[in-house]
Amino acid sequence: MTDTLSPRTASDSTDAFGPGTGTGRVKRGLAEMLKGGVIMDVVDVEQAKIAEDNGAVAVMALERVPADIRAQGGVARMSDPDLIAAIIDAVSIPVMAKARIGHFVEAQVLQHLGVDYIDESEVLSPADYVNHIDKWGFTSPFVCGATNLGEALRRITEGAAMIRSKGEAGTGDVSEATKHIRTIKGEIAALKAKSPDELYVAAKELQAPYELVAEVARLGKLPVVLFTAGGVATPADAAMMMQLGADGVFVGSGIFKSGDPAARARAIVKATTAFDDPEAIADASRGLGEAMVGINVADVPAPHRLASRGW
Amino acid sequence: MTRGRIGVLALQGDFREHLAVLTGLGADAVPVRRPRELAAVDGLVIPGGESTVMDKLSRIFDLRDPLRERIADGLPVYGTCAGLIMLADRVLDALPDQQTLGGLDVQVRRNAFGTQVDSFETDLEVPMLEGPPVHAVFIRAPVVTEVGPAAEAVATLDDGRVVAVRQGNLLGTSFHPEITGETRFHEHFLRVVAAA
Repeated sequence: MTDTLSPRTASDSTDAFGPGTGTGRVKRGLAEMLKGGVIMDVVDVEQAKIAEDNGAVAVMALERVPADIRAQGGVARMSDPDLIAAIIDAVSIPVMAKARIGHFVEAQVLQHLGVDYIDESEVLSPADYVNHIDKWGFTSPFVCGATNLGEALRRITEGAAMIRSKGEAGTGDVSEATKHIRTIKGEIAALKAKSPDELYVAAKELQAPYELVAEVARLGKLPVVLFTAGGVATPADAAMMMQLGADGVFVGSGIFKSGDPAARARAIVKATTAFDDPEAIADASRGLGEAMVGINVADVPAPHRLASRGW
Repeated sequence: MTRGRIGVLALQGDFREHLAVLTGLGADAVPVRRPRELAAVDGLVIPGGESTVMDKLSRIFDLRDPLRERIADGLPVYGTCAGLIMLADRVLDALPDQQTLGGLDVQVRRNAFGTQVDSFETDLEVPMLEGPPVHAVFIRAPVVTEVGPAAEAVATLDDGRVVAVRQGNLLGTSFHPEITGETRFHEHFLRVVAAA
């Protein structure tokens, strides 16, 4: 049986941590504990506390939610360390933060700050259009976005300990999230149906290592946790992602760009747990006030679509 | 040894891993998310996850009071990590309104080792289990900071910190046997359920 869990460890990390830290199992394990939960984007301490008080399983600390990044344009970078440190101090749940694709120094800074997960994110402007970060060398675990199985497996090969389907962040339009989770799940199902002698060509077509492809075919799932992100704005959106097979959801702009963030946060948390119970989802959906206004993905010109960043 | 139905609290966290371990041991294991599902089990596992979220969801789904009643009535319960926190009578570094189910006469500290960069795995001597040391994974884990007279420490780190406790039909570990292929805690728990 092939194990792709820890080809390398974080022993060459720039920060010193204790024995047994930063192993593949420890990194992937935290994501296992987040399953069935909602990870919420927050831009300040007050939002972080509202998220924690209303059932977020973790928060993503950033200066601007994707809807504002999209509206304001310009280069989006790692957030101010003061902001991230203040949010780490303010909440007791895990804190994630974003580094630009390929920007390994932003990742070193985030690890130094002690964030619980680093999101190498297409929501920020890429820093390297060829290489992603070599994530094995870090003690902090990484989550990366993917639009299809091959992309997910390439990120896992680079050391990602958690995958989120990308969707189209900052739109409030869930259609791309649906497409990406369906694509990944469908490709896994197709892989599982293949005979062993077909997996070599499958690996070539997926542009991913054979060992990892064979592992996915054997398990019938990714070897890491798979969340969904990008456009989730309502309890029903979250429940649909769970019914489509996501292990949990990221909600970016959908909560704090809505009329009543606390109530919406609670409602999305409830619907994520009771994802197969229409009565509970209906209850959760009542009286939430305005959802985020949103943009139809079809109206976003292709060069401005974030999901196409990363490869 | 596999008499009775075992529930795994399925509000949030790694409940599927516990269900897989229990099913692999031949147990009749089911997820529990509703009061009527809780009423049908003879033992319960509370998985790893986020204790603040489990607390809120247990109230949202009207499980908190039935859980407390079943525990008071002697229901065997095994909690890992967040599950240990849920079983503890007293919690340090909890949210202001955070409640536990209680049952274990212990005080625990949340996130006692620090953030995720301090999460680790190590070998642990557990005298109550036969065989080699347990390979234990600690993920933003709690530790037991006080063991009350009714409870008993069953595993400690080299520095003396208590990371597993039991009391009557209740068992709690700071670490996650369910993600390492370690089955002895679950086997032990099934024996407790069978004898209850």
